[in-house]
Amino acid sequence: MTVLERPTTTTPPDSPPRRRHPTAWLLTAGLAAALLVLVPVAAGTGAYPVPVADVLASGLHRLGLGGGELDRVAESVLWNVRFPRIVLALLVGASLGCAGALMQGVFGNPLAEPGVIGVSSGAAVGAVAAIALGLNVLGTWTVPVLAFASGLLTVLLVYAMARSGGRTEVVTLILTGIAVNAFAGALIGLFLFVADTAAVNQITFWQLGSLSQATWPKVLAVLPCAVIGLAVAPLYARRLDLLALGERPARHLGVDVERLRITLVLVIALLTAAAVSVSGVIGFVGLVVPHLLRMAAGPGHRFLIPGSALLGALVLLAADLTARTVAAPAELPLGVLTALLGSPFFFWLLRRTRRRQGGWA
Amino acid sequence: MIRLRARRPVPPAAPVPGDVLAETRGLHVRLGAREVLKGVDLTVRAGEVLALVGPNGAGKSTLLGALAADVPPAQGLVLIHGRPAADWSAPDLALRRAVLPQSATLSFPFTVAEVVRMGRAPHAASPAADDRAVAAAMAATEVTAFAARPFSALSGGERARVALARVLAQQTPLLLLDEPTAALDLRHQELVLRLCRSRAHAGDAVVVVVHDLGIAAAYAHRVALLCAGRVAAEGTPAEVFSERALSDVYGQPVEVLPHPRTETPLIIPRRDL
Repeated sequence: MTVLERPTTTTPPDSPPRRRHPTAWLLTAGLAAALLVLVPVAAGTGAYPVPVADVLASGLHRLGLGGGELDRVAESVLWNVRFPRIVLALLVGASLGCAGALMQGVFGNPLAEPGVIGVSSGAAVGAVAAIALGLNVLGTWTVPVLAFASGLLTVLLVYAMARSGGRTEVVTLILTGIAVNAFAGALIGLFLFVADTAAVNQITFWQLGSLSQATWPKVLAVLPCAVIGLAVAPLYARRLDLLALGERPARHLGVDVERLRITLVLVIALLTAAAVSVSGVIGFVGLVVPHLLRMAAGPGHRFLIPGSALLGALVLLAADLTARTVAAPAELPLGVLTALLGSPFFFWLLRRTRRRQGGWA
Repeated sequence: MIRLRARRPVPPAAPVPGDVLAETRGLHVRLGAREVLKGVDLTVRAGEVLALVGPNGAGKSTLLGALAADVPPAQGLVLIHGRPAADWSAPDLALRRAVLPQSATLSFPFTVAEVVRMGRAPHAASPAADDRAVAAAMAATEVTAFAARPFSALSGGERARVALARVLAQQTPLLLLDEPTAALDLRHQELVLRLCRSRAHAGDAVVVVVHDLGIAAAYAHRVALLCAGRVAAEGTPAEVFSERALSDVYGQPVEVLPHPRTETPLIIPRRDL
């Protein structure tokens, strides 16, 4: 097949093209290390400080690896208040980051994000309905299940509306997001209208996004959704890479595009619902996290998907730590904080792309 | 990576020149309300370059799409490697035919090397074979020099060559190329058609949509001249490229003269200035 008489090569033709990103491995190691440091620090920080050494001792003790038990107050603070919250922050962050990476891959569009295109608010409608109407058919599962159902419905709706001729135009996508957000906002308003005062308080809190009501049962309620989603997502990494070429070229390379899309939309709804059902709407994590990683290690999904889960977990844990300590004893709503930091980034992203390619198609 | 697929698709045996790799019989294709192909019979054989030519809107790309199993027939039959196109699974098809789309797009800033490597996706993972195929395809299309550049940073002609490299790296016996020369300069147009010839010489079948009739005349073994959804003429370039047929089909008077040295038909629009 080599019919070339004039090879214009800078590298010898038989040297393998670059296959692995060493940056990806470094980043993975760095993120994992940062998480290992941040978790005990977050557990020790707060209104009742616990030295990091004690946190570690208590943790080792519970794992049966030595260490030592702390006094009752410290044990209770750590294991009934801080750790459920930390685990929840990690799960929610990982779910949002991963859902963002998947969604951008499926839509072939770097602006797709559960919050921006309205899927988070869609999932919130289900959750708010459950709270406002006092639904309790499925016990602690009611909120996650309803959030999943309405989240899924929203993803499908956005998908159907924003696509034409096998591609998603950014303008259509954003406009669809505006419409969906508006409609979801109206529904949430309606539920607020019919809800009693206690439910209203709960819902308001929800809309701002927070992890302050974390408990172990809540962790258990979202754990299956998040774990299934996070475990399944990396299996589709290679096919998502091919999807970047467009739907037809991906099919020409052996990808069953229809099946891939439906599966991933389900996974996205699962992850978003998991996050939204316990924490309310926390925006921009799914947008910012995959973007940062793409800039650092390239767009390959084999790193991007697990990497976004890791960085998402780290970012949310750090944000939650900030939210509960920066204005102590009061607590900033987490969603407000991520939006405060995330929206300027979004703005910068728009400007940068505009400069580089004269705007979005 | 865990494979959820029950069965790994098996690559086809290397074709013998003359084998029919793709075929349409009485093919009708409708896009929306419009009937784009109105009864096309075409045979694609191993070992030859088949050029699809014709005016805009004649149905060349649609015919290529039907051969690629992208567009389902409204009537008639499309056979790929002897089996109806719809009966193949996507992974099986990916080992049998590669398709170069008219325009190459990419959603994320993958590098050139990564894009070309995507062409290896249908094959069982074998890093050594993949490296060889990718390196050979990049060398053949002269894109090795920008292997590490992001695809989005390339010019139109460079992108077209990278897309072609990806298609070559797929190493299928049937190549379907939609206007591979459209964005290319003189030298690279010739390069691409020489590549088509050498693939055909190696036993593959190459179907190529081109607008430049001179290129088709010089490089194609057979030419199918399409007009309004039908094959107006089919055969060797010398048989198909007659002044009358071309002037009729294109609605533009043309002159066909033999090249003074090689005797290849030269096709020139009649210009009385």
